[in-house]
Amino acid sequence: MSFFKKLKEKITKQADTVTEKFKRGLEKTRNSFSEKVNDLIARYRKVDEEFFEELEEILISADVGVATVMELIDELKMEVKRRNIQDPQQMYSVISEKLVDIYRGGDEQPTALNIQPNGLTVILFVGVNGVGKTTTIGKLAYKLKNEGKTVMLAAGDTFRAGAIEQLEVWGERVGVEVIKQSAGSDPAAVMYDAIQAAKARNIDVLLCDTAGRLQNKVNLMKELEKVKRVIEREIPGAPHEVLLVLDATTGQNAMSQAKTFKEVTNVTGIVLTKLDGTAKGGIVLAIRNELNIPVKLVGLGEKMDDLEEFNPEQYVYGLFASFVEREESM
Amino acid sequence: MAFEGLADRLQHVMNKIRGKGKVTEADVKEMMREVRLALLEADVNFKVVKDFVKRVSERAVGQEVMKSLTPGQQVIKVVKEELTALMGGEQSKIAVSNRPPTVVMMVGLQGAGKTTTTGKLANLLRKKYNRKPLLVAADIYRPAAIKQLETLGKQLNMPVFSLGDQVSPVEIAKQALEKAKEEHYDYVLIDTAGRLHIDEALMDELKQIKEVTKPDEIFLVVDAMTGQDAVNVAQSFNEQLGLTGVILTKLDGDTRGGAALSIKAVTNTPIKFVGMGEKLDALEPFHPERMASRILGMGDVLTLIEKAQAAVDEEKAKELEQKMRTMSFTLDDFLEQLGQVRKMGPLDELLKMLPGANKIKGLNNIQIDEKQIGRVEAIIRSMTKEEKMNPEIINASRKKRIAKGSGTSVQEVNRLLKQFEEMKKMMKMMTTMTKGKKRGFRFPFM
Repeated sequence: MSFFKKLKEKITKQADTVTEKFKRGLEKTRNSFSEKVNDLIARYRKVDEEFFEELEEILISADVGVATVMELIDELKMEVKRRNIQDPQQMYSVISEKLVDIYRGGDEQPTALNIQPNGLTVILFVGVNGVGKTTTIGKLAYKLKNEGKTVMLAAGDTFRAGAIEQLEVWGERVGVEVIKQSAGSDPAAVMYDAIQAAKARNIDVLLCDTAGRLQNKVNLMKELEKVKRVIEREIPGAPHEVLLVLDATTGQNAMSQAKTFKEVTNVTGIVLTKLDGTAKGGIVLAIRNELNIPVKLVGLGEKMDDLEEFNPEQYVYGLFASFVEREESM
Repeated sequence: MAFEGLADRLQHVMNKIRGKGKVTEADVKEMMREVRLALLEADVNFKVVKDFVKRVSERAVGQEVMKSLTPGQQVIKVVKEELTALMGGEQSKIAVSNRPPTVVMMVGLQGAGKTTTTGKLANLLRKKYNRKPLLVAADIYRPAAIKQLETLGKQLNMPVFSLGDQVSPVEIAKQALEKAKEEHYDYVLIDTAGRLHIDEALMDELKQIKEVTKPDEIFLVVDAMTGQDAVNVAQSFNEQLGLTGVILTKLDGDTRGGAALSIKAVTNTPIKFVGMGEKLDALEPFHPERMASRILGMGDVLTLIEKAQAAVDEEKAKELEQKMRTMSFTLDDFLEQLGQVRKMGPLDELLKMLPGANKIKGLNNIQIDEKQIGRVEAIIRSMTKEEKMNPEIINASRKKRIAKGSGTSVQEVNRLLKQFEEMKKMMKMMTTMTKGKKRGFRFPFM
C-alpha cells in the first residue's frame, strides 16, 4: 500500500471536523502547491534539467527554504538516475516520498503539549514582533479550559503599547485570570508574581506571554533568558514548554529566528500562525529538518477555536491531498 | 548567519575559474546561478528572480564583464546596479493634499506593524514637516488595538480619534474626517485592522473606507521578513485598493528583506519608508541602494567607495602608491593617509559598510576610539622632519621628547613606531605580491 493510502486511512479514523478545518485552512496552500506539481508533470514529456528547475521553483515558492530545496532536488536527481526514470508520471511517488521523508526526519516526535498530569504546567511563549503570541495564548487558554483545565495568563509583554490590555481582553473572553503589572515593569517580576499566584490558586496551566523581540537584539534576548531563569528557579522542570510562535508568511528569516530563540530559551515546539492566508509556512520543513523542532500547534483562523494541535499526517494530507486522490484513481 | 552573501558566493566561483585566463559564457552562467540563489535566500520572489537573472545575464555575457579583469566584481556591480534601478529612486515623500486634511490609510496583514507605524509616521510628520496629524483608531477587531494607538498618542502627546469598538470602521473614518476638517488638522492617519488579502468581507470594508475618505495615500505596511507570499499579498491589496506606497517594517532584524524587491517589481508601488526599531522615531526614508546591498548580503561598499573617492585626492593617492612601491613611505605619508580616512566619516560607521563585517562576531560592540587616532596624529606631529623621514634614528631621549610634546607616554610612542614598522613590512609583502600585475593598490590603508 502506498504511503498516502495509509495516511488517508489513518486520517479517516480521526474526527472529521478537525480534518475539515485543516483542509479549509490549507486550501490555498494545497491548491497552489499540488496544482503546480500536477501542471508541471502534465507539461513535461521527459524528466530533464528544466523539469527539475521548475520543481525547484515550486518548492521555493512555498518558502521551503533554499538549502532544503537544493538538498531535496539533488536527492531526487540521484533517485531518478538510480531508477532510470524518464516518464514524469512516475515522479509523483518519488517526490512525495522524499518530501515526507524530510518532513518527518529521523524519529517521530511527540506533537502533543507536555502538560503535567499533576501540579502546575508552565508554558512560555516567545517570538518576534507581530507573529501572534498574545492571540495564540488566548486561543490556547480557551482550548485548555474547554478540556477542563484551570488556566492563568501572565502578561509578560510589558513593552508594547496596549499588550497588557490585549491579554486582559482575552482573559475576559475566555474567563481566566490574568496576572499583570504596570506597563514598563520587569517581565521577570511579572512571571514571579504569576507563578506564586498560580501555585496559591492550584492552577493547572500557566501561559506566559512575552514581548515580541527580533532575534538579533542582544539585550532583549538576554531579558528573555532572565525570564526563563526566574521560571526555572521557581519551579523545577519548568517551563515545561517553550513555544516559538512563527508567522506562516515569514520567509527564510524564520530559520534564523528558530536558531537564535532555541539557543537562548531552548524552544521545545513551534506554533505556526496565520496559516489560513495564502502563505505556506514551508519553512517549518527546513526547521524540522535542520533544527529538529517540531510544530505543535497551528493557527488556522481568527476565531477563538481556530487553534489546532498540529498533526503531521493531516498537514501532509492537506498539502498533498490531490496526490492521494491521484494515486487512488490510478 | 545562515546565508552567505553574494560576494562570498561569487568569490567561490571565481576561485574555481581563476587561472583560466578567460571567462567563458559557461562561467558567467555559473555565476548567475549564484546570483539566483543569493536572491532566493533573501526571499525575493522566484518569478522576480527569474526575470531579473535573465536581464542581468544579458549584460553579464556582454563585453563589460567578460573583458573585465575582475569579472566577479563586475557581476556584483551589474547586479547591484540593476537591483537599485529596479527598486526605484528615493521616494520618501508623502503626499500633501491641496485641500487639507491629507488622508492616509494604513493597511496590511495582521502583525505587520500598522499601529506602531501609524504612531511613527505621525511623529515624523510633526517633527520633520511640522504638520498636525490626527490619529484614527479604526481597528475595532483586535483586542486592545484602540488602546494601543491611544497609548502611542499619549506618548507622542497627540490626539487620537476613537469611537470605541462598537462602531463600524467606515463610520469612524467618516466622523474622524469631519472632525479633522473642523479642527484644521493637516493629516488624518487611519489605522485599520490587519486582515488577510483573501478575506473578502474585510477587504470590502477597506474599499468602503476608501470610498468615504478619498485618501491621498494608501500605505501597505509589510513585514520585511515576509517570504515568497509577499507578492500575493501586495498584488491583492494593490488590485483591490490601489496602493500609493509601501512601508517596510522590522528591518532592524537580520532579515535580508527581499520582499521589498518582489513588491516593487510586482506592484510597481514605491517603497517610501522603513521601520528600523521599536522606538517612535525609528522610521526612516527608504534607500534603494542600501536595500540592494542588504539583499545581496554585502556591505554598503558603494557608499564606501563613493566616500573614499570624495575624500581622497587622486593625485595624492598616485603619489602615495608610488612611494609605497619604492618603499619610501614615511611617517608623514602615514599622517596624510590618516587624515584622508578620517575625512570619510566616523570609523565605526565605515566599518559597518565593509562587506562581511556583519558576520564578524562582536564587531557591533567594538568601540573605535577616535581619540586614539588623534593621539597618533599628535605623536607624529611632535617629531622632527628628520625623524619622520627616518624613524630609525628615534632613540630613547628622542622618544621622551616626542611623548612630552604630544602629551602621551613613551610606551605609546613605542607602540606607534612598532605599528609603522609592521605596516611597512606588510606593504613590502603586498608590493612583491602584486608585482608584474597592472593592478596596483590604490588604497593601502584599507
